[in-house]
Amino acid sequence: MSGIVLLLIVLGLGALAFILARGKALSSVGGDQRALHSRPHYYGFSASILTIAPAVALMVVWGFGQSTLVQSSVAELIPASAIAEGQTVGLLMGDVQRIANGLDTAVAEGALSSDAAATLSTGADDIRGILGSVGVALGADVDPAILKAAQSYRAMQSSGATLRMIAVIGVALLGLTYGFMQTSATYRARNSVERSMRWTLIAAASVAVFTTLGIVFSVIFNTIEFFQLYPAKDFFLSLTWSPSFGGGSELGVFPLLWGTLYISLIALMVAVPTGLFSAIYLSEYASPKVRAFAKPLLEVLAGIPTIVYGLFALLTVGPLLVNVFGDGGILGVNWMQGGTAVMTAGLVMGIMLIPFVSSLSDDIINAVPQALRDGSLGLGATPSETIRQVVIPAALPGIVGAILLAASRAIGETMIVVLGAGAAARLSMNPFDAMTTVTAKIVSQLTGDADFASPEALVAFALAMTLFVITLGLNVIALGIVRKYREQYE
Amino acid sequence: MDDLRYMEMPVDQDTKISASNVQIYYGDNQAIKDVNVEIADKTVTAFIGPSGCGKSTFLRCLNRMNDTIDICRVEGTIKIDGDDIYDNAVDPVQLRAKVGMVFQKPNPFPKSIYDNVAYGPKVHGLAKSKADLDVIVEKALRRGAIWDEVKDRLHAPGTGLSGGQQQRLCIARAVATEPEVLLMDEPCSALDPIATAQVEELIDELRQSYSLVIVTHSMQQAARVSQRTAFFHLGNLVEFGDTSQIFTNPQDSRTESYITGRIG
Ligand SMILES: Nc1ncnc2c1ncn2[C@@H]1O[C@H](COP(=O)(O)OP(=O)(O)OP(=O)(O)O)[C@@H](O)[C@H]1O
Ligand SMILES: [Mg+2]
Repeated sequence: MSGIVLLLIVLGLGALAFILARGKALSSVGGDQRALHSRPHYYGFSASILTIAPAVALMVVWGFGQSTLVQSSVAELIPASAIAEGQTVGLLMGDVQRIANGLDTAVAEGALSSDAAATLSTGADDIRGILGSVGVALGADVDPAILKAAQSYRAMQSSGATLRMIAVIGVALLGLTYGFMQTSATYRARNSVERSMRWTLIAAASVAVFTTLGIVFSVIFNTIEFFQLYPAKDFFLSLTWSPSFGGGSELGVFPLLWGTLYISLIALMVAVPTGLFSAIYLSEYASPKVRAFAKPLLEVLAGIPTIVYGLFALLTVGPLLVNVFGDGGILGVNWMQGGTAVMTAGLVMGIMLIPFVSSLSDDIINAVPQALRDGSLGLGATPSETIRQVVIPAALPGIVGAILLAASRAIGETMIVVLGAGAAARLSMNPFDAMTTVTAKIVSQLTGDADFASPEALVAFALAMTLFVITLGLNVIALGIVRKYREQYE
Repeated sequence: MDDLRYMEMPVDQDTKISASNVQIYYGDNQAIKDVNVEIADKTVTAFIGPSGCGKSTFLRCLNRMNDTIDICRVEGTIKIDGDDIYDNAVDPVQLRAKVGMVFQKPNPFPKSIYDNVAYGPKVHGLAKSKADLDVIVEKALRRGAIWDEVKDRLHAPGTGLSGGQQQRLCIARAVATEPEVLLMDEPCSALDPIATAQVEELIDELRQSYSLVIVTHSMQQAARVSQRTAFFHLGNLVEFGDTSQIFTNPQDSRTESYITGRIG
């Protein structure tokens, strides 16, 4: 029986619990609602939560537990002789699962009877052919040991499923009985529903927290592994980045950080003035009509996928800059060799960040109380004096926060730099040189046929960690500033 | 109301502000209907009336603060010293330097006490040197009756003062630009009795040099500080005259009901 059906049964039991408990509560007071501690439907919810929640929790836990258990007991069935040179049990388990799933599909599509699937043997049947006919392609003929393992895998899974069904329905029934029994006029059903509500919300919040922690830990472990293969001192202090998968790489983070910071700096030099001025215009000068039209328009920029900006950098901005600064360009200088350059990526990234800066600053400027503007205008200051001397200073901490958030986006940006900045890790002051960034190198170290255990691939995690620490730091500072600023006026 | 101490004082000053046939609209909604009023120089004029009757609206249009509200429209003529302030040739910025305003809620800038007061003089270039500015700031703070409390912490933030101190700081800030008219919209509504008394004393003092208009909800306050009183009701100026006459011998039954507390 599939999980969905089981879930539906549990939900059905939950509905039943609702009806029963609500009825019992009402009848216990002869239909007089006011004699109940809580309104009748709370009794219903309380009982159905008791029915559903433990059963569903068991179902989920069982799902994980069963698959690990089955995996490990099946792995023991594979004889050491079946493990070929250069292979691992883990890889073979992948085959086992594929075959088991293939057999499932074959049975479902009627290509095999379920008895036949259980008794199939490599000598007598063309397993590769059978599975191929239902769309499961196997690379080679099936080893008899693997087939046996797959068959016992199926058997264990199916008996596990039956057991699970019995256990889950049992728990649901127990919950239903308990919920029904405890229903009485004085039972505090409302409080119990509120409590469950709280736990549901806590669970939702924990998902985000634990996922973040999970990501961080996985990056940390891989980083540690990298530093065991490659000295941390060289990583942080070496001025050269030249990975070679043949060995003898130099993996200094510095040229990459330099590219990242240089590009981010140019991006911020574009985005901060433009974004800030447009925020000031929108919040202080624009009539409501213009504002209603311009603000959403500006925010559309924020919705454009960064890959589109990347294309824009590669195909439009890069060639344009070469026409101006390149060999034979309008200025007659030869500063720029190719379209990909720090300047190209920086300009485009700056454009991408404009709506980010402007919409945050706009919110912050709007939060400055009108009374301050009135006070300044009432003293005979002009609107621009008011903005310069009262509004902006009052909003400054928030604006700084917005800029830091923009900076952390710039540092983490990938697509634009992959397409616009080039691939050469270089330490140069010339903004028209191609350089590369931490993010772009993370991509290039992990794509391709890299061996995941080599320092050349693992360095990606150390790079990611470096980036993470930088942006985390910026975000913490920025949020702190923004929060402090909010308190000021609330 | 036996504690009213009327200020018997001849009102024979020159007219400073004269408004005729003023209509003010917020969109389609008329907030002020056909108001004619003459406000004398070196006098305190009180605007009283029930909430929502348009006191603030009228007050704000005397220094064109209503310009900042998009939907607000003013008709009629308002003259200060004989010049129409709604004339196209008039720059509201210059006007507001001449006609200062103190608001209901204290609104010090998030700057130091010193910079709050120095703000107006700096904007208008009243001080030639730092020393000049120091003198102006001190004088304004003294006139705002707050100098003694803040002289040791001029560079502390103005927002860190108590509500009453903040309001006096705002008055000092307004006085520092040397306006000719000072408009005050319920300047004491956020203050305790002691701070109120200080501000009232201050108003009485400022009367020597300025024309003051004050909006208040307190009959006692109007009676204590003003020489002339205007009673507004539903956007109309119902009665305008010497304070003593309005409070002892109102001509209009609505005025009488209001000051004796029957409408409001
Ligand atoms: N910004 C605005 N937009 C639209 N209508 C407004 C605005 N300001 C005031 N009004 C309307 O104008 C009328 C007069 O308001 P005003 O603030 O002048 O009253 P008030 O006499 O000062 O009242 P209070 O004593 O409560 O301060 C009210 O009906 C109010 O709803
Ligand atoms: Mg008002």
